[in-house]
Amino acid sequence: MSVAAPPLPRPTSPLKGFVGRFARNKGAVFGLIVLIAVIAIAILAPVLYPQSPWRMVQRPFLPPFTVDGFPFGTDTLGRDVAAGLAYGAQVSLIVGLISTAVALLIGVPLGAAAGYFGGIVDDVAMRITEFFQTIPSFALAIVLVAILQPTLTSITLAIAIVSWPPVARLVRAEVLSLKTREFVDAARLAGLTNSQILIREVLPNAVSPIIVMASLMVATAILLESSLSFLGLGDPNIMSWGYMIGAARTVIRTAWWLSFFPGVAILLTVLALNLIGEGLNDAFNPRLSRPSS
Amino acid sequence: MRMLLAASTAALMLAAPLTAQADGRIDIVVQPEPPSLMLGIVQNGPTQLVAGDIYESLLRYDTDLNPQPSLAESWEISDDGLTYTFKLREGVLWHDGEPFTSADVAFTADVFLRETHPRLRVSLNYVDSIETPDDHTVVFKLKEPFGPFIGVFETGTMPMIPKHIYEGTDFANNPANNTPIGTGPFKFNEWEKGSYIHLVKNEDYYLDGKPALDEVFYRVIPDAASRAVAFETGEVDVLPGGSVEQFDIPRLAAMDGVCTTGKGWEYFAPHSWLWVNNRSGPTANEKFRQAIMYAMDREFARDVVWNGFGNIATGPVSSMTKFYTDDVIDYSYDPEKAKELLEEAGYDGETIRLLPLPYGETWTRWAEAVRQNLTDVGINVETVATDVAGWNQKVSDRDYDLAFTYLYQFGDPALGVARTYLSTNDVDGSPWNNVQGYQNVPLDDKWAAAASAVGDEARQAIYTEIQQEVVEDAPVAWLLELEFPTIYRCNVKDLVTTAIGINDGLRDAYIED
Repeated sequence: MSVAAPPLPRPTSPLKGFVGRFARNKGAVFGLIVLIAVIAIAILAPVLYPQSPWRMVQRPFLPPFTVDGFPFGTDTLGRDVAAGLAYGAQVSLIVGLISTAVALLIGVPLGAAAGYFGGIVDDVAMRITEFFQTIPSFALAIVLVAILQPTLTSITLAIAIVSWPPVARLVRAEVLSLKTREFVDAARLAGLTNSQILIREVLPNAVSPIIVMASLMVATAILLESSLSFLGLGDPNIMSWGYMIGAARTVIRTAWWLSFFPGVAILLTVLALNLIGEGLNDAFNPRLSRPSS
Repeated sequence: MRMLLAASTAALMLAAPLTAQADGRIDIVVQPEPPSLMLGIVQNGPTQLVAGDIYESLLRYDTDLNPQPSLAESWEISDDGLTYTFKLREGVLWHDGEPFTSADVAFTADVFLRETHPRLRVSLNYVDSIETPDDHTVVFKLKEPFGPFIGVFETGTMPMIPKHIYEGTDFANNPANNTPIGTGPFKFNEWEKGSYIHLVKNEDYYLDGKPALDEVFYRVIPDAASRAVAFETGEVDVLPGGSVEQFDIPRLAAMDGVCTTGKGWEYFAPHSWLWVNNRSGPTANEKFRQAIMYAMDREFARDVVWNGFGNIATGPVSSMTKFYTDDVIDYSYDPEKAKELLEEAGYDGETIRLLPLPYGETWTRWAEAVRQNLTDVGINVETVATDVAGWNQKVSDRDYDLAFTYLYQFGDPALGVARTYLSTNDVDGSPWNNVQGYQNVPLDDKWAAAASAVGDEARQAIYTEIQQEVVEDAPVAWLLELEFPTIYRCNVKDLVTTAIGINDGLRDAYIED
């Protein structure tokens, strides 16, 4: 096992160095390719399948690769599984991105305020965070969706509500360490107000761990949405991967492909996001890079 | 013991077709576990299934709903339709050895069931007096003719209750409710809660050689998949209609030595439709409702969602129920016609809320198929997900545009159909009455006339008129006459011979060697 020498600082642009470090992680590049493919399919879904994915278009229970134009077969009602996968990609990405954005909007300000101001603010913010952390997140998401009625909005919101506490804790820890740095003292001496210091000086330096965490949160959110839909708590008007598996589990003995392909789609997307997260982590923290033998 | 046997011979059974064992024992699934077996007090489905072997009524009904002798040997209806005279069978004993007489009939109908049986009470309100000229004759005198009356002597509707046990007691809290005493072919033996109910042969039964079976185990298996597996492994011999998921039926039916029948539901005739809110919104327009009828591909729903079981409903009355007519507007699948009607109705694309019935995957798939049918003709449909309590609430409060449902018809339009369409039944707060808000007041008189007309021909004439008018108004969107097939081992014979199927079928059932 050979230990690679730490990369020597070269006079290149920071972006180029970042891309180089990211690209050195083969898994991350694979993840990125998969994710771009998923995004492309999601965007092109209405073009590829102009008809609704709910439309009954062929004989039910067509196995994959038996009829031209239906590579993944048809489901219990004769709906095109491929169309369902494409539209499901839209749902997964929308839910993943929006719920992560909302979770960041809650977690970042709360964590930053707690870390920066400390004292009573910290106590209150962290007790609230702990309150949410002690409830099993999936159970809480189920309860929220059941109370709010299952719609795309309520599902996204529920996922955001169960996802923000780790963000708050991460940001708080980052801010705690950053606020003792000299540049913060310098900023204070220059007469900047607390909020200016926090927003202009401290938070930009905490962005990289947040981005890494966000990429993993998108993956978790996709899994959560799929699990909710699997349990029948999805938005009944929206074709999602979890719904497809949930609806297919009753016929798994006769029609394996109905749960297999959406399962693969979830696996690939979540794996891709995790690999990307790891690649980002490596790229942001060159000195932490693990040896790639 | 038997389970051990079943397990040890499992390898053999994989090769040979599964058969019920010819030891005079039959195992039947009951789902869910009944709350009580006292059929005079509790009349839900599982209670009727088990207690139908213990209790009997004066008549039974064949699959065409013709009355057959049971505790009554013969009967006569006077020409004016006001007097029903029943001649009771002699030598019938209660399970505790007391003789069954006309006094028991009078007590049952006049005292016990009037207090405990809301559905029967509606019919009993027509009864003026019940006379018992001798121990084996009962005469019901009606205040006015009521055609469906000959149809109420079914075990679940009018089970005979022993007067010597219940007279003068608090019916609901009588300890005898735990050890039901009837006149039926099987006696109650043991109830292991959560596991099984054990009935044994009534050795003193009044029909020679019946019942052929020695004992019956009603097995409580809470999980649908486990029930299917129990049948596959030979642990149970009969799966009553509705006890396994619809999508498991083709697999089970395809096994060697397994038979299915859709018969035995004629008395109930489960009829499904969409409640369509007649009060407001686009659905208040008759043309819009007709468009819904044309837009739905009900043949697809029957063949794909219900695996080919059931019939397309042509109107408010099921073809299994009396006084049905198919001489009505034919709403066969015609999306083009639906689009035209939508245009005429001036539909502006307003979103319509669809409430599926939260009874499992089959109903969810059905709602998806209907939503797509409606979307295809240009109706904007949004599914509202809900649980059973939420469904009841929303339908009771009329907070819906379209909602799936199905109801029983009890053999006669006056008993199970009129309640849905009478304008006087348009009262908020119930999910079972005129939920759609159909206000056709002149038709109320026809429903009443049809119920009290004397003679089947006269009644048929009025019901035909009613059906033609209602079908044109399309106050609800009829879907299918549902069929809940009974799945059983083929060597169990004569299991389903009546309009209520295995509820009272074990009297005649036998296992062929």
